[in-house]
Amino acid sequence: MTTVAAPMPSLSHRASRWFSRNLIRIYASLAFIYLFIPVAYTFAFSFNDAGKSNLVWQGFTLDNWKNPCGAPQVCTAVANSIQIGVISTVIATLLGTMIAFALGRHKFRGRTSTNLLIFLPMATPEVVLGASLLAMFLNLRINPGFWTIVIAHVMFCISFVVVTVKARIASLDPRLEQAAMDLYANERETFRFVTLPLVMPGIAGAALLAFSLSFDDFIITNFNSGIESTFPKFVYVSAARGIPAQANVIGSAMFFIALIIVIVGQVVSRQRKKS
Amino acid sequence: MAFLHGASATHSGPKSGLKSRSYTPYLLLAPGLIWLITFFIIPIFSLASTSTMVRPEGAQIGTYVQELRFQNYVDAFVANQEQYVRSFVYAGIATILALAIAYPLAYMIAFKSGKYRNILLVLVVAPFFTSFLLRTVAWTQILGDEGPVVSALKLLPFFDDSIRLTATPFAVVSGLTYNFLPFMTLPLYASLERIDPRTLEAAGDLYANGFTTFRKVTVPLSMPGVVAGTLLTFIPAAGDYVNAALLGNPNTKMIGNVIESRFFAVVDYPTAAALSFTLMATILILVTLYIRRSGTDELV
Amino acid sequence: MANSKVSQDTGDLVLNRVSKFYGDFRAVDDLSLTVPDGSFFALLGPSGCGKTTTLRMIAGLEEPSQGTIHIGDTDITTQKPYRRNVNTVFQNYALFPHLTIFENIAFGLRRRGLKDVKTEVENALNLVELGHLAERKPGQLSGGQQQRIAVARAIVNRPEVLLLDEPLGALDLKLRRQMQIELKRIQMEVGITFIHVTHDQEEAMTMADTIAVMNQGKIEQMGSATDLYEAPKTAFVANFLGQCNLIKAKVQSRTGGKAVVTAKSLTFEVPLTRVSTESDSVLLGVRPEKLRLDDKGINSIKECVVTDRSFVGTSTQYLVRTPWDLELVVFEQNDEGLHDLRVGDKVSLEWDPEHTFALDGAQDVNAGADLDDE
Repeated sequence: MTTVAAPMPSLSHRASRWFSRNLIRIYASLAFIYLFIPVAYTFAFSFNDAGKSNLVWQGFTLDNWKNPCGAPQVCTAVANSIQIGVISTVIATLLGTMIAFALGRHKFRGRTSTNLLIFLPMATPEVVLGASLLAMFLNLRINPGFWTIVIAHVMFCISFVVVTVKARIASLDPRLEQAAMDLYANERETFRFVTLPLVMPGIAGAALLAFSLSFDDFIITNFNSGIESTFPKFVYVSAARGIPAQANVIGSAMFFIALIIVIVGQVVSRQRKKS
Repeated sequence: MAFLHGASATHSGPKSGLKSRSYTPYLLLAPGLIWLITFFIIPIFSLASTSTMVRPEGAQIGTYVQELRFQNYVDAFVANQEQYVRSFVYAGIATILALAIAYPLAYMIAFKSGKYRNILLVLVVAPFFTSFLLRTVAWTQILGDEGPVVSALKLLPFFDDSIRLTATPFAVVSGLTYNFLPFMTLPLYASLERIDPRTLEAAGDLYANGFTTFRKVTVPLSMPGVVAGTLLTFIPAAGDYVNAALLGNPNTKMIGNVIESRFFAVVDYPTAAALSFTLMATILILVTLYIRRSGTDELV
Repeated sequence: MANSKVSQDTGDLVLNRVSKFYGDFRAVDDLSLTVPDGSFFALLGPSGCGKTTTLRMIAGLEEPSQGTIHIGDTDITTQKPYRRNVNTVFQNYALFPHLTIFENIAFGLRRRGLKDVKTEVENALNLVELGHLAERKPGQLSGGQQQRIAVARAIVNRPEVLLLDEPLGALDLKLRRQMQIELKRIQMEVGITFIHVTHDQEEAMTMADTIAVMNQGKIEQMGSATDLYEAPKTAFVANFLGQCNLIKAKVQSRTGGKAVVTAKSLTFEVPLTRVSTESDSVLLGVRPEKLRLDDKGINSIKECVVTDRSFVGTSTQYLVRTPWDLELVVFEQNDEGLHDLRVGDKVSLEWDPEHTFALDGAQDVNAGADLDDE
């Protein structure tokens, strides 16, 4: 009686099994490629030797990267966006962090209303936020400009800061602060030596989030900026005749800077956990 | 800074960390809340007030008088109902597409990514470090008549040479879908990631095959993420006008475009205000109904 | 930032009629106790009995609703925790994750304004035998190591009273036993008053000079481990510490130093000193290891039946049913004279009057029994 060995699965059979097991990974790769198409395009065209109209590929050059302020108004717009971003971030982070501490560490009446007030701006379309703010400025005969942009940006960033910092505070064990007081730290010292250092990563994350929301904002800014220029506004306005390649340079540079910050942040927090 | 900490003489038990000091929380809340009230709540009232104003006969463009003309709402809606409906239709389609694209992606990152999980999460968000406008403009050029996609399509037998992708509803909806993808992916991921894999194993142990487990266990448990992602996508998409402006044509105008033009091109603030208000109200109603049906308790 | 206003009180810790209410709920109810300076004191009880709340009031992390707390002559009832000469070892250790072990231990010293902390910190680390870990962070330490660092961090400040809130709960059995011995050694070496909160009666009995058994905000009984075990005054204490058999009985007479009680037409004797109630309705108590499988004693029950048997190595545990269907627990030491009984065997039980105690009959026979460990 001879035993018969099981037949070797055919190549196509093995291939189809591998396929169905990895189907989702293949799909994910395609999805990632899809996500990066416009980024890659933007990056590629930052090297275009295009002059004013960056619509058709005309040749490779590093000039745009060497001279990112070559096209007029690009750098003014970027500088404005950065200034607005920094100021808005500082104010929004401060106000939002204070609210987060109130919500996360204190009892008070009106908690539900506060939560609602924080939530509503995040749930309102930007058109409505921008239009209503503009309506108020118009009714008060205030001309939109640099500071109205800052006001608007702080307004919509506060909620995001609150949510981010509040989450971080919630993960903070209150017994750590009790231990600090047990070890002779008064309220001020407890905050300075225990609470603040432990909440700081959340505050930093919130600040980064606020800055990127501010820098990238278009709709609300467009309604409340008057003649003031910001980077997104600049891109929108020059879209018809072709954005200068320098704008691509700025966009790509932002991408890489942000990517580096995030990666460094990840590495640092992983290091912190190890050591 | 006597207020910014969480311990000592609590009256609500050792583990809650909440204090009952009388005035400090109000001091902490005041600046931020006052800012929000001044620059969010009051403007909404300003908007409402503007929406019922009227430009008197013969007056200069841009001057209005408050007459409580609620007819403005009807007029605005009737004149623009096409754009209204279109906004919600586009936003709805984009949301559904985003859900279809994002769900498998989020699933893969949550369950099948192993040690690459953090990298993949960064990669999901990374494209959105470039400016929203630059991305959308890039799509105009990629999908443009001279661009690679159209050129490739022209080579296929079923499309004739007059095919174009930009300035079409297709392009607008694609743009909306693309731009709001991370808003859908991240909440989905957060929800899926929370599912204990042992729950799925238990389902298998109880005779469910892969698909049934997915349908009866994974999907219901991921519903909070689906709800959050849908809201975070639909709400901004309905009010967007950048995608429609850059990727569409005059026949694909969304309500956002109308509002923008009524503020800046054709100066007609009452109509613009009425449209904005109606948009906000509609969204609030839809969102409330949606939440009540799917039931989420924590939004913030 | 020196906080030199930390009190330097010494003396006994006295709680006088302390209560803590949360709305209608009485977490601690009119509690009074004195902890002698330099002793190892245990607060023992099931979860929810108020022991942790009491500890937190001593630490200053909760304020009493009523009553006073003194250390020596100083009233510390409303003092802030950072002014008291008291330190706590928290249940989950509460080590500061962002500071090194060295800085964790140095924390209290620095807040009190000490400039040169190196010697003190090193001494504390050596006391718990973890000197080599000074530069690590808490996240890199095992549970047992974290626990010892938490103790070092508290002790380095030489407080008058050291509070330990169930510090050994998260450790596995072997480590827990080790740490029990460690803590006892440290306490004897530094001579500080230790107040140890636990729900584990074995732990309390092993470590403490004095134990206070708490239940529902009140102290049921306070004394040495032997006192509490051999002469419990309430059913709760009898059942909570080890196992206990309780039989409902009636007092017939109290003369000549002993009480005669009857239960179900049987007569038993109890020394009057071991009767803790004036009432005539009592619960007669005897510990399982004191019961002998024989019938010649003064206190005995004949014609019982073995209903269960478990051999646990050091002893055999029997469940024996009396003629009136009460099940009693008997431990027989694995020794000479072993009766190797099986289920269904007929047996008699006897025990000495000196091993009996009588408690107030109005109590729940099951109070304190079978309480889940947290």
